[in-house]
Amino acid sequence: MTFRRIFCFVFIVFFATLPLWSDVFHTRLFTRILIFALLALSLDLVVGYGGMVSFGHAAFFGTGAYMTGLMSLHGITDALVVWPAAAGAAMLIALPIGALSLRTRGAYFIMITLAFAQMIYYFASGLETFGGSDGMRLLARNTLAGKEFLRHHEFFYYVAAGFLAGAFLLCRRLTGSRFGLILGGIRQNEKRMQSLGYATFPYKLTCFVISAALAGLSGALMANETLYISPSLLHWTQSGHALVMVILGGMGTLAGPVLGAIVLLLMEEILSAFTQHWMIVLGPLLILVVLYARGGLYGLWPQKKVSHVTPP
Amino acid sequence: MDPILFFTQALNGLQFGVMLFLMATGLTLIFGVMNLINLAHGSLYMMGAYFAATLQQKTGSFIWAIILSIPLTVLLGMIVEMLALRRLYNRDHLDQVLATYGLILFFNELVRMVWGPQSYFMALPQFLSHHVQIFSGLTYPVYRLVIIGVGLGVGAGLYGLIHHTRLGMLIRAGASNREMVNALGVNIRFLYTVVFGLGAALAGLAGMLAGPILSVEVGMGEPILILAFVVIVIGGIGSIQGAFFAAVLVGVADTFGRVLLPPGMASMGIYVLMAAVLCWRPEGLFPAQRT
Amino acid sequence: MKRKGLLGKFFGGLLLALMFSVNSAAVGHAADKVKVGFIATLSGPGASLGTDILDGFRLGLSHCGDKLGGIPVELVTGDDQMRPEVAVQVASRMVERDKVDFVTGIVFSNVMMAVASPILDQGRFLISANAGPSLLAGDQCHPNLFTISWQNDQTHEAMGKYLQDQGIRRVYLMAPDYQAGKDGLTGFKRYFDGEVVAEVYTRVNQPDYAAELAQLRAAKPDAVFVFYPGGMGINFVKQYAQAGLKDEIPLYTTAFTLDQSVLRAMGDAALGLVNASFWSPDLDNPVNKKFVADFKDTHNRLPSLFAAQGYDAALLMDSAVRSAKGQIRDEDKLREGFRKADFQSVRGNFRFNNNHFPVQNFYIRQVIKNEEGILTNKMLGVAFEEHMDAYHKQCPMKW
Repeated sequence: MTFRRIFCFVFIVFFATLPLWSDVFHTRLFTRILIFALLALSLDLVVGYGGMVSFGHAAFFGTGAYMTGLMSLHGITDALVVWPAAAGAAMLIALPIGALSLRTRGAYFIMITLAFAQMIYYFASGLETFGGSDGMRLLARNTLAGKEFLRHHEFFYYVAAGFLAGAFLLCRRLTGSRFGLILGGIRQNEKRMQSLGYATFPYKLTCFVISAALAGLSGALMANETLYISPSLLHWTQSGHALVMVILGGMGTLAGPVLGAIVLLLMEEILSAFTQHWMIVLGPLLILVVLYARGGLYGLWPQKKVSHVTPP
Repeated sequence: MDPILFFTQALNGLQFGVMLFLMATGLTLIFGVMNLINLAHGSLYMMGAYFAATLQQKTGSFIWAIILSIPLTVLLGMIVEMLALRRLYNRDHLDQVLATYGLILFFNELVRMVWGPQSYFMALPQFLSHHVQIFSGLTYPVYRLVIIGVGLGVGAGLYGLIHHTRLGMLIRAGASNREMVNALGVNIRFLYTVVFGLGAALAGLAGMLAGPILSVEVGMGEPILILAFVVIVIGGIGSIQGAFFAAVLVGVADTFGRVLLPPGMASMGIYVLMAAVLCWRPEGLFPAQRT
Repeated sequence: MKRKGLLGKFFGGLLLALMFSVNSAAVGHAADKVKVGFIATLSGPGASLGTDILDGFRLGLSHCGDKLGGIPVELVTGDDQMRPEVAVQVASRMVERDKVDFVTGIVFSNVMMAVASPILDQGRFLISANAGPSLLAGDQCHPNLFTISWQNDQTHEAMGKYLQDQGIRRVYLMAPDYQAGKDGLTGFKRYFDGEVVAEVYTRVNQPDYAAELAQLRAAKPDAVFVFYPGGMGINFVKQYAQAGLKDEIPLYTTAFTLDQSVLRAMGDAALGLVNASFWSPDLDNPVNKKFVADFKDTHNRLPSLFAAQGYDAALLMDSAVRSAKGQIRDEDKLREGFRKADFQSVRGNFRFNNNHFPVQNFYIRQVIKNEEGILTNKMLGVAFEEHMDAYHKQCPMKW
């Protein structure tokens, strides 16, 4: 127990003070990590808690980013308008995708979400106003209530951290609520929930749409961090990357995806500094994690039972 | 479109479909029998092509290259199965996805280190490089007809294997009820390794056949892997018959889509097809029976 | 507990690695050193161009005695994984932590568009060794951006001019459905006045072209012009020959399809094909001869045009630092140095236009087998002399 507390404390202090003692590069690196952690967290909500393996989350991530770009093309740059709109756009897209995809399950669900994401990817590649396949540069970060606070990397870091913390708490509330419990019941045995009189479809769809909103938000943040939007944000490898973070960290837990995002991105950063052939190290490392750390890295966490997700 | 062009494109669609079938059938076999999602199937395809290209250079013969590469790919598949994948059969699909994704990274980088980053050459054998006249006005490359022939032959062979041999019976039994087969005293571990080797052989064969037409390069397996997944999902996971019809459907639809639709829409074509099929029949066209 | 140990070790390692990287940042760099950041796709399937440019660049540095303008050079490489958003992070590392003076490399246009501002806005110099998107040649040109390779449209323009001069009337055009593909065909049509029978865009990374080739054969054009770089080009050229079209309808392309790096993988399918380029391995000048010979000695293969671009990037930097008398902190002096481009390029004559893109000759080459039986390109003639890109007038820069 004490080890856990100390570790949590160190972890939080590290992230809370990082911009104060670190240089700009590390602040930005960790900003990017926090944004991907938000994406991974949103994905875990459907994968780990909802039992729906979405292989098309890049669609919502990219939609958020493209919405940011679309609004900036029309001169709307205030975060208070743009970010809710980005999350809203992602929800709007997730609604029909979710409604259609939820007719299927298991591996079929994986593939149909991929199919929809690919459609959006090819659609975005054809958008000449957004630079087509090359993508488009954004001129500046969004303003916040008319002020240019977000220009400062340190401030932007805290905004990203704030959103991640907020999303973390939201997900904790959500999964602990009646809604979350029903969702858990559906994941473990949908037939039983149905015979208990629950209409399972609206619960799953709601979960899917909430997750898309968070993904869209992370997309808007990503567009602000890199100031560049391109179809590569919508590519299936992006969905795969997010999925790897979730599984690596430990799905069906809230800390898992955050941990997964941190570890995966740091490993990429550190390994690629040593050798061009860093993938030959990363690949087997991922296999070892799967083989020897059931429940992901978070499963290695001492004195904590990990609720294993039963396969659907 | 005049009839001759139409017929040519239909043949092209069939040939593409047959290539997809070779990839998809191994994938669906492994999925159906072992319940394993194997993303590294594309890597086996790539390794098959590299083995064959190298052996063709060493031996100077396309036939020898194929004959020698198939056992090499089978061996590689079995080694991978025994070292890593066999521990994953009872795991969640997502664990399998992560581990096999790791395998993709490993193999891509391995090939880049061993064979270099530049594409590798594999020649079209001389005796297969001419054209034949099918009927007046329509000539077609012999090699592509050979691919169609091999694909159909493999399809027929698999049908015979699964429905008329003891191994096939075990495969069918293993797919529908694993514990029962085990309880009957069959060495299920060995059976799985054999099935995985068979899947690897099919993927490798697809790669070897593609080698003379395509660029043998790092990452060549991923685009076709995604298509193969589309095929097995449309066909119904675990169903070899479904994989065959879906592969031909996807091959023909994609070929005509590319020719008739504007490029952006053509790229979306097969995904729209898959989404439509799944909305209509959520378990694919030929759902496999399970108990 | 075993688990605890594992976890402890893992995070211990992680923290160590972090501290290590923070420390190296704190050391900073001495003024008696010039730091060059090299960003390219160096891992995974798209890595072959990036590694080629890097090989050429390293050779260029070593020919300069591992010094730029007499100052010892330190090279930092970064892998963009072919993803613009990763490239932005790598650029941020080089600018903000490694404090590089120049950034070079940059294979793909979308990566270029993403990293240009983050580097240039910090007052660093960016020397593109490959990508030359039209926006950056036109109204978004920048005083600190120099492109050593070409503007994306230029090579295709050369082929358009050549086919026009050859009196070919009906041409069938094909390219992948992405920005560079569209730019390429636009460039071709800028200098070609004949009839365009069809303009076909195919899926990016499409492996098989049988369907498109059947349509092409039915259209019966006088000639075909395509832009298919890398693996797509290998697939296309092989299948074009296998379909028996090579003897029926002449195929014209650019060096991006028929470069040294892909010829081996095409085999005899490429033999005799005509293409356009700013450079050829048999260009007759002493710098090029030395480059080709030394590259062959070091890497045991003939250099590609990408390696040539990397090599020239190194020579350009050397000349700029020398001309600025080593005052690499003085942006204006250094810019003057770059603008002079006072070096002997592998391509012969070289100078920068007002938009910092090259003014250079474009050659027509043909694929042949050399004495050792290796496929390579031979010069046939000149398509353009002192060719300027189509966008330089939109660039407000004057000097």
